[in-house]
Amino acid sequence: MLKEAEIRTFIDGTTNYFETTGQQAASVGSPYLVTDGKPGSYEYTGVIGISGARKGIVYFTAPRGMLTVLLMRMQETDWSEETIKDLVGEVANTISGNARRDFGKNFVISVPTVIAHDPDKVTAPHPRAYVIPINWRAHSAKLVVCLE
Amino acid sequence: MDTPIGSQAQLKLMIVDDSNIIRRRIERSQQIARLEVVGAAGNGRDAVDLFRRTQPDVVTMDLTMPEMDGIECVQQLVALNPKVLILVVSALADKATAVEAIEKGANGFLCKPFTDRQLNEALAELLGEA
Repeated sequence: MLKEAEIRTFIDGTTNYFETTGQQAASVGSPYLVTDGKPGSYEYTGVIGISGARKGIVYFTAPRGMLTVLLMRMQETDWSEETIKDLVGEVANTISGNARRDFGKNFVISVPTVIAHDPDKVTAPHPRAYVIPINWRAHSAKLVVCLE
Repeated sequence: MDTPIGSQAQLKLMIVDDSNIIRRRIERSQQIARLEVVGAAGNGRDAVDLFRRTQPDVVTMDLTMPEMDGIECVQQLVALNPKVLILVVSALADKATAVEAIEKGANGFLCKPFTDRQLNEALAELLGEA
């Protein structure tokens, strides 16, 4: 179960990522709770396993269009499938790692696992997960936080 | 005679990060004229091998990586060359991790995400040019 302040940590991390890397603020919608273990996903998903004081996953999921524009903003000219997958994992890693500012060192994050073109493979380890909707330059994405 | 790190001699830079995008971005964005990129590695183990071969003066180091993490890698690089300058570039934003990295031998810490300006300021500070 997440406290309101803990959700705020992930919202702030998401906002900071897009503002710094994408050079344009993202609009973050109201977070909502799903209880059926199906928070949903887009075309590309970067999943971070969480262990230590908290257990579960954090994932960032986005369509190729958003990720391609992010790459452009980073002056990256390689928009290949491998690079898109690298980016979605890096976004998930960065937002999760930044959460340690508030959660502390015992919020242990894994290296990213990337799932592409297979939304059925994106599953939450617990039925309850918080979804943070993200809108950036006409694209939508989600950050999903599923922690015990 | 050793060249003082604060002088204007050319310095070799090695980039360590498991993200190819971040490796390329650091190489593209760093504007310190006397830094020459001599190689890049995607995990700590490869970084130690590359370090032995290229003997860089300066290293940017991610922390969360497969095979060997950045903290372990910092220790090994410092054991190989105590004079190497290491800038940790990581998303791990807690103070305890930054302190641990410094205690193990890193010389600076830059939190991801970063702007080009922040990267160059951190490298300049590392080299005593800020």
